[in-house]
Amino acid sequence: MSVSERLASSRKRKELAEKALDKEAALGEDIDVTAYSSETVGEHSYQEEPSQFSAEEKAHMVQVGVTLDDLSQRGGTFVQKDQSVVHSSSRQDGVEVMGIAQALETHDWLEDYWWRAVSIDADKYTAHVELEQYSGYFIRTLPGVKAVYPVQACLYLAHSNLAQKVHNIIIAEEDSELHIITGCTTSPLQASGLHLGVSEFYIKRGASITFTMIHNWSPEIAVRPRSAAIIEDNGVFLSNFVCMKPVRTLQMYPAARCVGENAIVRFSSVLVAPPGSNLDVGSRVLLNAKGSRTEIISRVITTGGDIIARGYIAGSAPNVKGHLECRGLILSGQGMIHAIPELKGDLVGVDLSHEAAVGKIAEEEVEYLMARGLTRDEATATIVRGFLHIDIEGLPPQLAAELKHAIETSEKELI
Amino acid sequence: MLQIRDLSVEVEGKGILHDVNLTVGIGETHAIFGPNGGGKTTLLMAIMGFPRYRVTKGQIIFKDQDIIGLSLDERARLGIGMSFQRPPVVRGVRTHDMVTACLESRGSDNGDTVGRLAERLNVVELMDREINYGFSGGEIKRSELLQLLAQAPDLVLLDEPESGVDLVNMSLIGQMINELLQKDLKRSRTRSCLIITHTGHILDYVHASKGYVLLDGTIPCERGALEVLDSIKENGYEGCVRCLCQSD
Repeated sequence: MSVSERLASSRKRKELAEKALDKEAALGEDIDVTAYSSETVGEHSYQEEPSQFSAEEKAHMVQVGVTLDDLSQRGGTFVQKDQSVVHSSSRQDGVEVMGIAQALETHDWLEDYWWRAVSIDADKYTAHVELEQYSGYFIRTLPGVKAVYPVQACLYLAHSNLAQKVHNIIIAEEDSELHIITGCTTSPLQASGLHLGVSEFYIKRGASITFTMIHNWSPEIAVRPRSAAIIEDNGVFLSNFVCMKPVRTLQMYPAARCVGENAIVRFSSVLVAPPGSNLDVGSRVLLNAKGSRTEIISRVITTGGDIIARGYIAGSAPNVKGHLECRGLILSGQGMIHAIPELKGDLVGVDLSHEAAVGKIAEEEVEYLMARGLTRDEATATIVRGFLHIDIEGLPPQLAAELKHAIETSEKELI
Repeated sequence: MLQIRDLSVEVEGKGILHDVNLTVGIGETHAIFGPNGGGKTTLLMAIMGFPRYRVTKGQIIFKDQDIIGLSLDERARLGIGMSFQRPPVVRGVRTHDMVTACLESRGSDNGDTVGRLAERLNVVELMDREINYGFSGGEIKRSELLQLLAQAPDLVLLDEPESGVDLVNMSLIGQMINELLQKDLKRSRTRSCLIITHTGHILDYVHASKGYVLLDGTIPCERGALEVLDSIKENGYEGCVRCLCQSD
């Protein structure tokens, strides 16, 4: 692309974004983005040595699976504080980890991926992300490279009342393998804030990405991630999401498009809504290519907050198969769970199914455990732990351990 | 070990058991026969302490104390254990977790005990499965008995341990029950058992000294278990009761 072409394309993007600045999202409470302040990129200083972050920050990041003291089990590290990239490094050849602004300078082809999976004018949030100075991460595995350890990325909100706007691009080139753990968190005293995160995943032919995202916000934060993945022939995308801590409002409905034959997508989510939290979370998979398959699994619990748990699978190619499983547990008389599983097929041979269940813990199950000598509280805790247990195939041991740790830590508070 | 005196129990306001009396000594196994709906399961559930089974009259004395005021889990920790006929599925909770919970409830560390038990009872493949989820009849029984072996109760309540079990597995189930009830010990045996049986098949494997017919919520009389079984085979439940009671 020539310089003039690039400028024209950039202008077009800005125009599209400008037009969408007031476009309310289809789902979720409308957030006034202008009520939050914007910080200049680069306000926080860069930290060459990750272990030098403050003890408090490190403690926060550990809770979302990002460990900065011992990098031996990580393939790369990226940390963004508010709008500033404060650290990025890679520890394996063939694995690129850097801030998105740097990546745009490094790879002139990157614009081809810019807003290809997510629409620039999807809503006001995507538009705001485009109009902000670029921040976010770029993670890529080169063709044939198998990442040994997961790359970790942390998006950290430190200033009060700030709108953090990030645009992430993740690319697994042909036959490569990439594992990512992303932690999104905030300073404990954070009064309020807004996180807008666009993430675009490109899984090339024969490649795989496992993406594990752990959210640990605070009760006055509004969160609007906008994510989408495009999966080519024989590609695999496994996405795991854990959000068990309070958040004022979180709405996300990531989409994965299987455009290549035999592509596989699995979404797994574990969500807890404490009092005051409002979650509207789901996963969408479009099975557009022959033989592509998906499984969407969610476990949601309310201890007083509201959760809408969505799922959507559309099959429009021969021999596609999809299953959606949503189970909700109501642990308090205050909260609400609304499960909305949707299936759409328009071809003979499409095989889609779903199961959804919402309810309280069955007394019969509690009594069964009590008959084995567990107290009522112990029995309830065991059932809740079991409920949150999901087996995720294909997750590397470090990620499985981080996921387990994140769930168990929150579980203790829950029970 | 267990004394039941004039016990009346109702379920959802409906009287099911009326003035039931029975006594099980230390180390003894007694069998309860009776038609469906006669109150057999209700008796075990009331002894175990399920809140739905409300005692309206009488006493349940276990280890010299009336346990009617104790909750389900308190009774379990005191030494009562039950094998359920149709236990619920608990999604996400694995058989292994249940066995560990049973061991912990009696303060035993699980070490390799769980693994060893599972191996011996040929239930290793069940350990990682969600408890009772998609289990066959035989798998349910084996899993229930495994949990009881881990729990090691002094009074074992078995609700139709042979139902849904094929002939090959019957022998294994019988062996497990005998082990649970310390049948290899004679004088030093401490475990007692009440066993509900519909068909009496389990008595081919497990020796029971006394037998009762529970009919319309009452136990009219008691005899040797095999004597009762023979009489039922010959005369039916009601006939058996008539016949045996008349000879009293």
